[in-house]
Amino acid sequence: MKELSLNILDIAMNSVKAKADTVWVTLTETADTFTMKIADNGCGMKEDFLKTVTDPFSTTRTTRKVGMGIPFLLLAAEQTGGSFEITSKHESEYPDSHGTVTTAVFNKNSIDFTPLGDIVSTVTTLIQGSPDIRWIFKHTMPKGEVSLDTNELKEVLGGVPLDNTEVILWIKGYLEEAYSETE
Amino acid sequence: MKSLAELAAIKEKMQNKVVMREGSGDIRVVVGMATCGIAAGARPVLNTFVEEVNNQGLSGNVTVTQTGCIGICQYEPVVEIFEAGKEKVTYVKMTSEKAKEVIEKHLKGGNVVEEYTMTNA
Repeated sequence: MKELSLNILDIAMNSVKAKADTVWVTLTETADTFTMKIADNGCGMKEDFLKTVTDPFSTTRTTRKVGMGIPFLLLAAEQTGGSFEITSKHESEYPDSHGTVTTAVFNKNSIDFTPLGDIVSTVTTLIQGSPDIRWIFKHTMPKGEVSLDTNELKEVLGGVPLDNTEVILWIKGYLEEAYSETE
Repeated sequence: MKSLAELAAIKEKMQNKVVMREGSGDIRVVVGMATCGIAAGARPVLNTFVEEVNNQGLSGNVTVTQTGCIGICQYEPVVEIFEAGKEKVTYVKMTSEKAKEVIEKHLKGGNVVEEYTMTNA
């Protein structure tokens, strides 16, 4: 992956596939570290499957037997001297508190740190692809914060869907402006 | 700063449009957005379709959606176009530039851009 925002898009797609109705994408930056945390209330994974997810030969896809999403992220984090963690509660054991949390910490000063890239596109792509999910995005930086909760937008929009193109373009513009104010 | 009032204005506009949209000839543009697609550059291709379909006034009868792995990862980014009464067209190794051409020639003009299709890959 050329940009970290693509890893974020890819990992958040797992939450979509897990049929989550709420996904939290939380990015936290300090001067030296970048932490991404993607949490959902989807179906979760059983313990034996969870143990295998960092292995590329473990996947939920049905078209082939290789899944690179999590191994890619693990590699991207570890090559900076950072860390990776995934925890999950499967719905069969935790009917009221199931879901998955994926966290990766990067060392921003490492020469192998992949830049974040176009995070606005990642957020709009997620909303456009799954408008029925409540997306709660928050990016905290040393100089400010950018956040978005699709439930707040839905309140204004009434019955107009979030994947309406004009709405998506408004979200894009909104986030771009919010980012420009943190510079 | 972009305001929620702007969003409310979009809502008003759309609610008036909804009635008009029903029953129009449907074209579905489907972009593969699994790990393979994303790594190969599907995100800008998707966003080009979303934005250009709107800019060219095609959103009345063209919908752009995402799907998972289509199974031909070596040809990603892959875009499938479904149109009622016609055979599915699969475009492979797409870019934003190719997407613009497909919108112009295929979605607007009704002519498949053969050189970008699966059969010519």
